Amino acid sequence: MSIDAAAVFPHEPLPDRLKGARATGWWGMVWLICTEAMLFASYFASWIFLSETIRAFGEEGGRYPPLGLPSLMTVLLASSSIAAWWGEKGIEKGDQGRLRIGLAIAWLAGAAFLVCQVIEYGHKSLGPDSGAYHSLFYTITTTHGVHLAVGLLMGAVVQVRAWLGHFTRERHLAVQNTVLYLHFVDGVWMVIFLLVYVSPHFWRR
Amino acid sequence: MMALLQAVTVPQPSALDPHGPAAAREATLWWVMLAIATVIFILVLYLLLRPLFRRPVDGDTTPGEAMPPDVQRRWLVWGGAVMPAAVLFVLFLFTLTTLAAVRMPARAGDLTIEVIGHRWWWEVRYPGRGVVTADELHIPVGRPVRIRLSSDDVIHSFWVPQLAGKTDLIPGQGNDTWIQASQAGTYYGKCGEYCGRQHAHMAFVVVAQAPGEFDQWLAREALGAQAAGDSGAVVGQKVFRDRGCAFCHAVRGTPYHGDVGPDLTHIASRRLLAGGSFDNTRGMLAGWIANPDVMKPGTLMPAVEMPADELQALVDYLQTLK
Amino acid sequence: MSTIEAGPGVEERLRTNWEPPETLYFQLASVDHKKIGKRYLITAFLFLLVGGVEALLMRMQLSRPENTLLTPEQYDQLFTMHGVTMIFWYAAPILSGFGNYLVPLFIGSRDMAFPRLNAFSYWTFLLSGIVLYTGALIGMAPDGGWFAYTPLTGPAFSPGLNLDFYAISLLFLTISTTAGAINFIVTIFKMRCPGMSMSRMPLALWSTLTMSFAVVFGMPPLTAALVFLELERRWNFHFFDPLSGSPLLWQHLFWIFGHPWVYIVILPATGLVSMMLPTFCRRPIVGHTYIVLATIATGMAGFGVWVHHMFATGIPVLSTTFFSAASLTVSIPSGIQIFGWLATIWHAKRHVWRTPFYFIVGFIVLFVIGGFSGVMTAAIPADWQETDTYFVVAHIHYVLIGINLFPVMAAFYYWLPKMTGRMLDERLGRWNFWVMFTGMNIAFFPMHVVGMLGMTRRIYTYPAHLGWTWLNQVETVGGFIFAAGVLIFVANYFISRKNGVRAGPNPWQASSLEWSVSSPPPAWNFSVIPAVASREPLWDGTDLLAGGGGDGRVLSHEKKTLGTTVLDAVPDSVLHMPEDTLYPLGLSVALTVLFYGLVFKSVPVFAVGLLATFAAIVGWLWPKPGELPE
Repeated sequence: MSIDAAAVFPHEPLPDRLKGARATGWWGMVWLICTEAMLFASYFASWIFLSETIRAFGEEGGRYPPLGLPSLMTVLLASSSIAAWWGEKGIEKGDQGRLRIGLAIAWLAGAAFLVCQVIEYGHKSLGPDSGAYHSLFYTITTTHGVHLAVGLLMGAVVQVRAWLGHFTRERHLAVQNTVLYLHFVDGVWMVIFLLVYVSPHFWRR
Repeated sequence: MMALLQAVTVPQPSALDPHGPAAAREATLWWVMLAIATVIFILVLYLLLRPLFRRPVDGDTTPGEAMPPDVQRRWLVWGGAVMPAAVLFVLFLFTLTTLAAVRMPARAGDLTIEVIGHRWWWEVRYPGRGVVTADELHIPVGRPVRIRLSSDDVIHSFWVPQLAGKTDLIPGQGNDTWIQASQAGTYYGKCGEYCGRQHAHMAFVVVAQAPGEFDQWLAREALGAQAAGDSGAVVGQKVFRDRGCAFCHAVRGTPYHGDVGPDLTHIASRRLLAGGSFDNTRGMLAGWIANPDVMKPGTLMPAVEMPADELQALVDYLQTLK
Repeated sequence: MSTIEAGPGVEERLRTNWEPPETLYFQLASVDHKKIGKRYLITAFLFLLVGGVEALLMRMQLSRPENTLLTPEQYDQLFTMHGVTMIFWYAAPILSGFGNYLVPLFIGSRDMAFPRLNAFSYWTFLLSGIVLYTGALIGMAPDGGWFAYTPLTGPAFSPGLNLDFYAISLLFLTISTTAGAINFIVTIFKMRCPGMSMSRMPLALWSTLTMSFAVVFGMPPLTAALVFLELERRWNFHFFDPLSGSPLLWQHLFWIFGHPWVYIVILPATGLVSMMLPTFCRRPIVGHTYIVLATIATGMAGFGVWVHHMFATGIPVLSTTFFSAASLTVSIPSGIQIFGWLATIWHAKRHVWRTPFYFIVGFIVLFVIGGFSGVMTAAIPADWQETDTYFVVAHIHYVLIGINLFPVMAAFYYWLPKMTGRMLDERLGRWNFWVMFTGMNIAFFPMHVVGMLGMTRRIYTYPAHLGWTWLNQVETVGGFIFAAGVLIFVANYFISRKNGVRAGPNPWQASSLEWSVSSPPPAWNFSVIPAVASREPLWDGTDLLAGGGGDGRVLSHEKKTLGTTVLDAVPDSVLHMPEDTLYPLGLSVALTVLFYGLVFKSVPVFAVGLLATFAAIVGWLWPKPGELPE
C-alpha cells in the first residue's frame, strides 16, 4: 500500500495556530460546556423529580414565583449575549473598538444581572433551609450566578487584554471561548427562567 | 459478641430452597437462567479453547491478511448479536411471566402486617388487632400476607430468602410486598440494605403456623401484660419504671408507653432479642441490659447502670411478660 | 514518492526543545504525557495495593463466624474505602495511565492536546486521593459504602466528618477525571497523524473516546448529587431527607452516573485487548467496524439502565420492566465484542503464547461469567433475591477484575517493555497469570453460592449456624492466593527492570504506531510525524515516512506538533506545545487547600485556597511572550 501524498498533505504551508472550530482550545471549551450543561441538566431533572414526588413543592403558601425581576434579568442576559456576539463579530473584521465596546456592554449587563439576583434574594422571606423547593431554588440560581461570575472574570481578563491590543483578526481564541461560555451561561438562564419561574404558573394546580 | 441464635433452629435461608410461591417462581427463573448460561458458557469455552489446542501450522510470525468481510459478519452478527438477542428475548419473556406470577394476590389484603425498620431491629404491627411485637412475624401457613413496609430512620430492606425477594423500607415512602409460606416452620429473614453500624445484626424470623395456632397466637399477643405476680417481678417492675426503661419501651396493660424501642408486652415469648442478635435466654437478656454496647457495638440501646440485684429483678419481671 | 528524512541536526533540535534536564524542578513541572502516564500507572497501582490490603483485612474478619478481629466501625470504613479506592482511584485512573502514555503514540503525535491540563489532571488525581485518605489517617474514613445512600449518609445519621471526606474528595476527583476526558477527546479528534481517518483509528482510541464522552456526560449527575449532599450536611439544605425531600433522588442521580461509570472502567480495557489480541493471533482483529459500533452502543446504553440498581425500591413495575429490557439489551454489544475476540482467536494465523495472551484468554472467560451473572441480575424477580447479597459481590468482582484488572495485567506485560525498554520475565509472567486466575476464581466464585444461600453484603460478621462458614473460608484463602499473584507481578517488575531482556522498538512485531519508535520513546515521540495508509500501519508494508509534507512533518525548530482535521486527519495546523510549568501543580495544590478548607469548615483556609486557585488560573492562562501579535 502507499500513501497518496497530495490527499494527505496540503501543499501550502499550514497555519500557525487556528481560530474557530479547528482549534484545539475551541474544542476544549465545547466539551467543558457540554459537561457543565449536564450538571445543570441534573439539577433540572432533580427539580422535576422532586416536584413530582413531594406534595408541598413550591413557593410558600402555594404562591406563584414572581416574574417581574426575573424577566428584567432575562432581558439583561439576552442583551449581554447580543453585545458579546457583536463585539466578537467586530474583531473578526479586525475592529478593535467594536470588540472593546461589545465586551464592555456584555460585562456591564452581566454584572447588573448579578446585582438583580442579590436584590431578588433579599426579597425572599424563606432561606434554603426551609425545604426542598427553596434548597433547589437557591442551589440552581446560585450555581448559575457563580458560573456567570466566572464568565465575568474571564470577561474581565479578556477585556484587559483587548485594551492591551492582544487580539487580531486572526488570533482571538480567548475572545471566542469567553463569548461562547457567556452564551452558554445565558442559555442556561433561559431554561432556569422557563422551568423555575414560568412553568409553575402553568403546571401547578 | 457471643453465640447467636444457637437454640432457635432455622433452616439455612437459601433462596434456592424456597418454601413459598414467590420464592419458588424466583428460584425457577434463577435455575433456568443458570442452565442457559451454562450452555452458552460451554459453547464459548469450546470456541475459545478449540483453536488454542490446535497446534500452529508453522512458526511463521508474519501477520496474516484480514479475514474476508463475510466471515467477519458471520461471527459478529450471527454469533455476537443475533444469538444473544434471541436468548435474551426468551429470557425477557420468562422474566415477564415470572413477574406476573409473583404479583401480590388480591387475597393478600385479608391480613396485613406492618413492618417498620429501625436501626437495628424490626417493629412488627398487626393493624386492627392491637398487636405490636418485634423481630418476629407470625403468619398463617398457605395464606398470602401483605407486608406494609416503612422506615423510621434510614433505608432497610425486608428479605426472607425462602419466602420472597427483597423490598426496601424507605423513610417517607410506603412500600408493599407479600409473603406466603407453603409449610409450617421458622424462616430466617434479614435486612438487605446497608443501614449502618449493626446492619449485620438486623435479623428476624418468620414463624409460619397452622391457621388455628396463628389465631391463638394473635389473640394472646393482643392481650395486655399480666400484672406482676411474684415479689421478684414486682420489684423488677419498679426497676423498669425507676431506671427509665419506660422512656423507650412500652408494656401494654401498664402505664409504660415509650415508643422508641421494641414493645416488650410479650417479650418473654419471643425467640430473639435485639434485632435478632441473640436467643432470648435469661443470661442473654441480662447481659444485653447490662452491656448493650458490648453485646452489639453501636446499638442505640443505652446501658443503664444498676446493681446486680436490681438487674436480676428486672430480668425476673421481663421473663413474666409471656 | 519521497521519504522524509530527519535531516541533520533535527534530533539535536528536538532534544533541546523537548527534553528538559533531570532536575527536581523539571520533574514537578513536566507536562510530558509519558511521564504523566507512568505517574498515573504507578499511583493507581499503589491505590490497587492499598485497596487490596483493605480487602484482605475484610476477608480475615469474615474467615470465622462472629469474628472480633475488626470492630463493626472499622469494617464499615474498610468496605467503603475498598470500594471507593478501587472504583474511583484505581480502576479508571489506571486506564487513564495507559491512555496518557499510549494515545499520543497510537496516533503518531508528540503529546496530548492540553499537556498542562494533563499534568493538572494527574496532580489532582493524586491530591484528591490524599484528601480521601486524610480521613482514614485521622480515624474518620467514610463509612457509608461507595454508593453512600441517603439518608444514612445525611447529617442526622452520619454526623462526623467521614462522609465529608467522601463527598469532597470525590468532587475534587471529578475535576481531574473530567479534565482528562476532555483532553482525550480533543487529542483524538485533532491530533491523529495524516492518513489516520476515523475508519483507520485503532480500537483503543474508539474505546477511549467512548469512555471520555461517558465521563463528560455521566460525571455531572454525581457532581450534582455530591453538591446536594454537602449542602444538606453542612448548611441544612433539604434534598434527600424524607421529611422534605426524597431519599430516592440520591439513588437516581448516583446510578445515572454509576452505570456509565462501569463502562468507563471497562471499555478502555476492552479497547486495549482489541489492540493486543491481533499481535498474538498474527492477524487483524475480526469485526473491527462491529466492535467500534458495539463500543459506542455500550457507552450510550449505559445511560439508560440505572434503575436496575433500584429494582427493590418499590418503583412501579412498568418502569422497572423497561429498565430490565434495556439492561438485557446491554449484553448484545458485549456479545459482539466477545465474538470479535473469539473469531480473532479462532482464525488466528498462529497463537503466540506469551503472558499477555494468557491474561487475554483468562479475561474472556471471566468476562463471560461476569456477563452472565449480570444478565441474571437484570431479570427483576431474580434480582429481588440477588440484590445486596454476595451474588452481586461476585458479579462486580468478575466484571471489575475480569474486565479491568486482567486486561490491565496483559497491558502491563505488553506495554511496559515500551515504557522501560526491557521485557518482563516470561516464566514469572505465567506464574503471575495462573496464580491470579486460580485465586480469583477461588475467592469469588463461591460468593455466587453464598449469596444465594442468603448472605447479604456489607455485614461485618455472620452467625455460625447458617452454613456460610466454609464458603467464606474458601473465599479468604482464594483472596490471599490472588494477592500473591499480584505480588508476583510486583516482583517481576523489579527483577525485569534490572535484568530484563532489552525490548527493542517492536518486540511483539505488532502493528500499531507506538512500536515504530524506540523503547522507551524519545521525549518528542516521533522525529517525523508518520503518515498511515491502513489500520495496521506496521503490517501493511508502507513507509510511514512517505507521503510528502517535508519540513511540515519534522517541526523541529520549536516545541510543535501537527494538528489534523477531525474526520479525515488531513493536516490543518501546526500546534505549539507548552513548555514545562509549575502552574498545573500549583493549581492542584491551591485546590487541595480549598477542598481541605471545605472538609474542615475553615473559612480562612478556604479563602486562601480560593485566592490561590484564581491566581494560578490567571497565571496559567496569561499569554506567554511568543503568543502575542508583534
